[in-house]
Amino acid sequence: MRPVSSWGRLTALPHDVVELSDRAALAGQLPRHRPGIAHGLGRSYGDVCLNPGGTLWRTAGLDRFIAFDQTTGRLSCEAGVVLREAQDLLLPRGWGLPVLPGTRFVTVGGAIANDVHGKNHHATGTFGDHVTRLRLLRSDGEEIVCGPADRADWLAATVGGLGLTGLIADVELQLRRVPGSWLESETIAYAGLDTFLALSDESHPAWEHAVSWIDCTSGAIERGLFLRARPAADQQGDWRGRRLALPFAPPLSLVNRLTLKPLNRLYWLMNRRHLGKRVVHYVPFLFPLDAVADWNRIYGPKGFYQYQCVVPREAAGAIADMLAAIARSGDGSVLAVLKTFGDRWPGGLLSFARPGITLALDFHNHAGLDALFTRLDAIVTAAGGRLYPAKDARMPRAMFEAGYPRLEEFLKYRDPGMSSAMSRRLMGS
Amino acid sequence: MRIVAIGATSAIAEHCCRLWVQREPCDLLLVARDAAKAQRIAADLGVRAPNATIALTTMDFLDTAAIEKLADQAAAGGAIDIVLIAHGMMPDQKDVQGDLALCRRTLEVNAISPALFAEAFARHLERMGRGTLAIVGSVAGDRGRKANYSYGATKGFLERYAQGLDHRLAGRGVKVVLIKPGPTDTPLAAAHKARGRKLAAVEDVARTIVRGIDAGRPVVYAPTLWVAIMLVVRSLPRAVFNRLDI
Repeated sequence: MRPVSSWGRLTALPHDVVELSDRAALAGQLPRHRPGIAHGLGRSYGDVCLNPGGTLWRTAGLDRFIAFDQTTGRLSCEAGVVLREAQDLLLPRGWGLPVLPGTRFVTVGGAIANDVHGKNHHATGTFGDHVTRLRLLRSDGEEIVCGPADRADWLAATVGGLGLTGLIADVELQLRRVPGSWLESETIAYAGLDTFLALSDESHPAWEHAVSWIDCTSGAIERGLFLRARPAADQQGDWRGRRLALPFAPPLSLVNRLTLKPLNRLYWLMNRRHLGKRVVHYVPFLFPLDAVADWNRIYGPKGFYQYQCVVPREAAGAIADMLAAIARSGDGSVLAVLKTFGDRWPGGLLSFARPGITLALDFHNHAGLDALFTRLDAIVTAAGGRLYPAKDARMPRAMFEAGYPRLEEFLKYRDPGMSSAMSRRLMGS
Repeated sequence: MRIVAIGATSAIAEHCCRLWVQREPCDLLLVARDAAKAQRIAADLGVRAPNATIALTTMDFLDTAAIEKLADQAAAGGAIDIVLIAHGMMPDQKDVQGDLALCRRTLEVNAISPALFAEAFARHLERMGRGTLAIVGSVAGDRGRKANYSYGATKGFLERYAQGLDHRLAGRGVKVVLIKPGPTDTPLAAAHKARGRKLAAVEDVARTIVRGIDAGRPVVYAPTLWVAIMLVVRSLPRAVFNRLDI
């Protein structure tokens, strides 16, 4: 048994960690143990990748490529392959992953189980949209190979399935041709939700990537930065990323009620210098937080919650209500992210990214957050929205059931040998 | 670069091979016990480096005739740049103490077998007047400890063997590199990990090893921090050491 935390660092409870490294021997490793859950790099924020007191199947050792077809762009690999490895290897050959979340340090298996999205959701949908085949191992020894045309129901359950349909052993992905590593980006300062929506609308389809930062401390969007990017015409250039690190967790959260406003102000001032167009490497544009290893330690020993919701476009007023509620509470986030999702429904039964507007905020963990979360939950649910399980550590079961109407359908595909802290919290087992 | 990786399915050897094939054109011979596992690694390396030449062979690692034949055949294919000998097993010391057959197996797999491979390839490298013979030892070979002295003794044996080879091959154009990884996050050390010990990432350890082999240093600690740790461990007087539960 050893302590394991997820990215939010809210808990560090003991787990029986089983290291997987041989994809041919997996069947023998699953049923010997008590119910467990697969664990990649532990980059999900809450308890979707945790199973305190039980088994974690760690997939870091399942990191082999199986085959890559340079002409079709089909990549087969084991579930523990890290997105960065695949990108770094194949980008020079003209191929890239169509969907990249906010960090490169996630495994392919985790990206599927949480059906992650990127800043280009309008253009390429979610990660699961590009899975052409996957091999699922059930704890009873059954092996299920599925894809969009073959046992597609199993694919729909496993994409966004929170690791609960079985262990994803290996997968085949359809990559897409990319011209290179450089993006033409534009940063636009804006104020107001309507301006944000107008900017989002006018950015598609000309701009592939779009996201925005807002200062959430004022109660309305008084200060916002809209960032958009598309492949640059000139792909020449060298880029060397420097990576800083936070070597230890400070004794208290560096983001707190005292520092929140100054930090938001600082972020605004630093980034306002870059207004307008420029050419940037895709790594700092898509993964700004990867520049600081272990940045999650900034929230101190008690960790932090991330609250990411999506609400339908018709209920955009909910975003304003949430920002007002957050400002009233005195809590808030330095990196409040607002973005729209494209008009496409995801393939997974429990996938998060539905059409609408998504807002994501970090909150350092402290007493008194419950009241704010309860208020936000009420706004999201009333708007017909839902929360992102990959980020969640606390949503009430009723809210999950209301937000994910295909849950009943999903439950038929659950593997009784798979269980996580999240599944017990939200599905009762 | 022509490389022979013996014990190619060990996590350290696998990650060294990844670094090599992704760095430059390689002609790689993977030598393993488990054919299916080696096949999966060869496929992975093939995706990482479509232009690399990758061959694999499986054999009994204690069969002297087979070891000799392997070295002869590999040498017949041309000059060899690196021979990496990386196989090993690390059973729980308590199990070894209660089971002489396991004790014998540990000594054979970790000490005798690598020495035989080293000996077989040393001849050819000596004749060619070039190449690097890299042997994976361990920090556990620096001082016997109750927690893993059977394993540690085999690694100490390899250090003496490498030292002798280095002496023999000095001035002959052949480098002998003894690699001493600290506890590393590999399947071999899964038991350590279960006890909550902090382990080095195998990618980092492999990078240190590849750099050490490039530099031809006689002893490479990986991660480098272990130079200092083992200096202290080796220097502790017995009276103090024997009171420590390490």
